[in-house]
Amino acid sequence: MAGKPKLHYFNGRGRMESIRWLLAAAGVEFEEKFIETREDWDRIRKDGSLMYQQVPMVEIDGMKLVQTRAIINYIANKHNLYGKDMKERALIDMYVEGVADLNEMTIVFPVHPPGVKETKLSEIKDKAKNRYFPAFEKVLKSHGQDYLVGNKLSKADILLVELLYNVEELDPSAITSFPLLKALKNRISSLPTVKKFLQPGSPRKPYTDKKSVEEMKKTFA
Amino acid sequence: MAGKPKLHYFNGRGRMESIRWLLAAAGVEFEEKCMKTREDLEKLRKDGVLMFQQVPMVEIDGMKLVQTRAIFNYIADKHNLYGKDIKERALIDMYTEGIVDLNELILTRPFLPPEEQEAKLAQIKDKAKNRYFPAFEKVLKSHGQDYLVGNKLSKADILLVELLYNVEELNPGATASFPLLQALKTRISNLPTVKKFLQPGSQRNPPDDEKCREEAKIIFH
Repeated sequence: MAGKPKLHYFNGRGRMESIRWLLAAAGVEFEEKFIETREDWDRIRKDGSLMYQQVPMVEIDGMKLVQTRAIINYIANKHNLYGKDMKERALIDMYVEGVADLNEMTIVFPVHPPGVKETKLSEIKDKAKNRYFPAFEKVLKSHGQDYLVGNKLSKADILLVELLYNVEELDPSAITSFPLLKALKNRISSLPTVKKFLQPGSPRKPYTDKKSVEEMKKTFA
Repeated sequence: MAGKPKLHYFNGRGRMESIRWLLAAAGVEFEEKCMKTREDLEKLRKDGVLMFQQVPMVEIDGMKLVQTRAIFNYIADKHNLYGKDIKERALIDMYTEGIVDLNELILTRPFLPPEEQEAKLAQIKDKAKNRYFPAFEKVLKSHGQDYLVGNKLSKADILLVELLYNVEELNPGATASFPLLQALKTRISNLPTVKKFLQPGSQRNPPDDEKCREEAKIIFH
């Protein structure tokens, strides 16, 4: 178990950001190697470290792991963020998959051309308000506990809170009618590790703006 | 742990087929409740049993699980198809996620407009031949064992073999230059539980076709 995990990705949120959130929340220091030029990209794909020629890739505990969910699950397992038995794991997975479905829309959103963006924004707002947020509010209401599963912090809480921040960036009033989600967001944000991650100078990446998208297109097209 | 798992879906492969494969391979008998009309779906939604108003949904061990990955991770956990420790789980997840990415292209294809299906088929053939099959052939070659991870059957082997059948249905010579994949396919197909599932009369579904597409349209749109 030597050394810090090393994250290989572009210098932006994309599919790596959830992994950054999870590592940070677990209090794990990590390094980042950014793919910044076409040469970087060609090199990493040629050297055989990407099982499917894709990133994210995380070097951790002697493995070169790819596939976001595989990486997230390993981190959750290693740092006790995956419940206490298989039924808790099932609930955690069910919640995380719903979170990932909505988060996918926010990850892809910056890349859409302006005309499409409006439609997609409506979709995100609608799904958040009518499908996903009510589902998670209902879970929290059903047991009245501080965390989604088993009265203990898990990957589901961390990734849900990341999602809440992501949706609020696009729609500031998104959680106003979800008091338990608001409380969860505050509670998780106040954990020392998460608080640190939310401060300037942390590995958290800024919102992917039009300029970043243009730069990426130029470099990698 | 009372009773057989009950699968809620429409009468086709779609996203439920991988779950059927896994349950069958694990030797678990299951029931199916097929939706035939829009009203069937709306009823399930109104009953509050679909966390995100979506299927697949599997009633198992007192839970109403949705989200394909949550369901098959639970089945894998329960039936010792998930490796022996967290590192084996990580590899199994990494392999499964690659399988799922290619399988996603296959399972969604029948539901695309007919004019898009040709291009999708070309993409499937290319990705299988140049990205995914070489990756899994390389894994099997690297250790020379009978199974992908830890010398023991896991969800990765079962889902990979399902994928091989799916690709071959679309492209009959697809595994010709991958001897170890062919051997794995044969080996897994000969397991008594899988052999039974591959025979006529089992719960395995035929390929999704035009009729399925029309049915799905009615139910889901």
